[in-house]
Amino acid sequence: MQTTFPRLLLEHAQRRPQAPAMREKAYGIWQTLTWAELAHMVEAIACGLHQSGLQRGEHLVVIGANRPRLYATMLAAQSLGAVPVPLYQDAVAAECVFPINNAEVRFVVVEDQEQVDKMLEVREQCPQLSHIWYDDPRGLRNYDQPGLAGLDELIGAGSAHAKAHPQLFSSQVEQGQPADVAAMFFTSGTTGNPKGVVHTHSTLINRASVGAAFDKLTDGDEVLAYLPPAWIGQNIFSYAQWLVTGYVVNCPESGSTVTIDLKEVGPTYYFAPPRVFEGLLTSVMIRMEDAGALKRKMFHACMSVARRVGPDLMDGKPVGLLDRLKYQIGNLLVYGPLRNNLGFSRVRVAYTAGEAIGPDLFSFYRSIGINLKQLYGSTETAVFVCLQPDHEARADTVGVPCEGVEIKLSETGEVLVKSPGLLKEYYKNPKATEEVLSADGWYHTSDAGFIDASGHLKIIDRVKDVGRLKGGAFDGAMFAPKYVENKLKFFSHIKEAVAFGDGREKVCVMVNIDFEAVGNWAERRNLPYAGYTDLASKPEVYELIRECVEKVNADLSRDELLAGSQVSRFLVLHKELDADDGELTRTNKVRRGFIGDKYAVLVDALYGGKSEQFIQTQVKFEDGRTGSVSATLKIVDAKTFAPVKAAA
Amino acid sequence: MSQKKIGDVILDVQNISLRFGGVKALTDISFNVREHEVRAIIGPNGAGKSSMLNCINGVYSPQEGSITFRGQTFKHMNSRQVAEMGIARTFQNLALFKGMSVIDNIMTGRNLRIKSGLLSQAFRNPFGIGGAQREEEEHRAFVERIIDFLEIQAFRKTPVGQLPYGLQKRVDLGRALAMEPQVLLLDEPMAGMNLEEKQDMCRFILDVNDEFGTTIVLIEHDMGVVMDISDRVVVLDYGKKIGDGSPDEVRNNEEVIRAYLGTSH
Repeated sequence: MQTTFPRLLLEHAQRRPQAPAMREKAYGIWQTLTWAELAHMVEAIACGLHQSGLQRGEHLVVIGANRPRLYATMLAAQSLGAVPVPLYQDAVAAECVFPINNAEVRFVVVEDQEQVDKMLEVREQCPQLSHIWYDDPRGLRNYDQPGLAGLDELIGAGSAHAKAHPQLFSSQVEQGQPADVAAMFFTSGTTGNPKGVVHTHSTLINRASVGAAFDKLTDGDEVLAYLPPAWIGQNIFSYAQWLVTGYVVNCPESGSTVTIDLKEVGPTYYFAPPRVFEGLLTSVMIRMEDAGALKRKMFHACMSVARRVGPDLMDGKPVGLLDRLKYQIGNLLVYGPLRNNLGFSRVRVAYTAGEAIGPDLFSFYRSIGINLKQLYGSTETAVFVCLQPDHEARADTVGVPCEGVEIKLSETGEVLVKSPGLLKEYYKNPKATEEVLSADGWYHTSDAGFIDASGHLKIIDRVKDVGRLKGGAFDGAMFAPKYVENKLKFFSHIKEAVAFGDGREKVCVMVNIDFEAVGNWAERRNLPYAGYTDLASKPEVYELIRECVEKVNADLSRDELLAGSQVSRFLVLHKELDADDGELTRTNKVRRGFIGDKYAVLVDALYGGKSEQFIQTQVKFEDGRTGSVSATLKIVDAKTFAPVKAAA
Repeated sequence: MSQKKIGDVILDVQNISLRFGGVKALTDISFNVREHEVRAIIGPNGAGKSSMLNCINGVYSPQEGSITFRGQTFKHMNSRQVAEMGIARTFQNLALFKGMSVIDNIMTGRNLRIKSGLLSQAFRNPFGIGGAQREEEEHRAFVERIIDFLEIQAFRKTPVGQLPYGLQKRVDLGRALAMEPQVLLLDEPMAGMNLEEKQDMCRFILDVNDEFGTTIVLIEHDMGVVMDISDRVVVLDYGKKIGDGSPDEVRNNEEVIRAYLGTSH
């Protein structure tokens, strides 16, 4: 499709002016913004920005949660041929400095006081930053810094300018070409500075329409926009596909009301990373445990039918009449109400991606009648590389290559992709661009994987993380840390795991307990605890985690390739790994190398055979203050199993 | 920093003495509150802080002294009269309706402002026209603004009894705000809170003061909090005023230091 986002907006505004484009809950009521109103708002913002001096090709930073006026700002920037750069709203001020200077940003539009404070803080290091506009004026009444103004003022000035120059907006939109840069996304690099991934209108629109066609999305679909807009997935689901199909994007009232808003909106198209699905399941299970005996019994009876019959029904496989009937009864009594309670009663297509999803978790949702599928993609590929077709969803693959995509494997087992949605370049970083984008157009994903017998892509780990064991019983065996970590994380009691083993004789693991799940488990056993650190150090909790580890070991021992990756020793960390402390990326992936350095004493203790180790760690709070936590951690051995040849 | 305008004296307390039988709760207390300021009353346990607030609020009638509010002088105040004059308060030990939702609790704060009578409320017509319905919608809209302001959207329909303490305190503040008061009396708004809840509460108090121009009189024994957010501070000890002035003045006042740290006798 050869078009641009602003042109798509104008098409919708002309063809269906009164249809809802966005909704936002404000003061307890869902307020609708029609396509005509939206186009009007975008025009005003664009004219205001033009008047303030925003140039074609210049970058404009947008920081905030999903707010209609921030999306309108992105459209306005694109209308002028400028490039919106969304940044993560929970990044600390210092993290914003690099992107702002890298892209020579003079203009930022932010959500509220919190973000304004951040921008004022970094201003000294970013002298070119001249204009800061904010959406929500709350608490900003007494700010009088130069260049700081409300979005209302910008829109006011822009409307006046638009009246005086009625042709300005449409002529600017006319000038925009599909090959122009549309947006830039900074990837949360695990090492070094983040890189700005440059996408054009055509790359984003191409992938968005392929995805939309694959799942037959229409303008009748509903979406809830609740993930950070700085993440390309959110941009695809709530921006690119929104403009391509014209469906309705709903903005939640606030971060804490997402579950309530989900229920009220009842989206038909839904995306969430596995941890969101996991969190929902955990809360359902906890509530069920608290329910009366009769309800609990009914729930478990129906769920066992669902587990047996549900996935087959979802996959379109034949199911016996009696089972069908039982499932229908279950649907009436449990699955339907449960879907409704989760806000999934209207979901037609749900996706998860970003991390591996546990097989139990995955089949739970499919068994209660939610069409949950997986996809494969990244910021550099504008998301859609592989998608699972409706009847072929599986927990351990990421789907078949979608339209326009070619996939091949390098000698090292790395997945290479060719697609019309590949990035144009890394901004001002030709060296990095060259590393991932070969001259003949193949993008190096740095994921190790293979295509299985049914044509589905299966991902094992990052290429650079796949290591080898050295010495010991499994000398030279492959070690895939993420594979091990994921298997551990599939247990609801384990929130995060970090596996070490490359170049060593055995595998050791640091575990983060899931505070909610383990806390509840402890309460049920009348096990008193004072807080996270105390709970994590309880011998009973260690025993609980040991069971999980040993189950994983038993499972791994059946895997010919990875039997050597069984965990021989582990410890439970005294604090939650946190992005603010640099231990996770902003997208919540563990930074194994950083953790290995930061907790070097613990790694040494794991391999040194010690049975406990004292550690003190600095923690950074969200407001920038620091404190410290210390604890003496126990280190425990886990049983490993002799490799079993899988009975074929 | 904020550039707010502090106006004239709005509330003037003159020579108040309050006795319960032989116990002297307050002795000859005088101080005033200026419009738009944040005025703190501090003091050790049993200093008479809550008694002072209860005198202003009309719960207790002092034996001596007078209270002047906006030029009108009273020997005795009664609670309803006080509320009608635009003085609202929150309570140290929370006096919310535990079984009612957050919305309904805050709605009770609108009570004095509801004009339609019992009958017209009871027999509303089904078409949504007529006074009672429209009036309720207006009040509900106002309550929604408070909910938005206090960032408790996620708990609108939650029974208050199920909320954590810090949030209940916020609802209590919300109900007081629903009265659209000119003066807000806060009785230990941070008591029993953790650090994060205290920070949130401080921000809300300052925002109320700033956005709505509400005059705030607060009792608190957390010195750190008081010194950060108050414009002027009154210090009580054993029912007597021992200090009055800006946070810095009070901090350096010998008598105040003695009352807080104790002296060797």
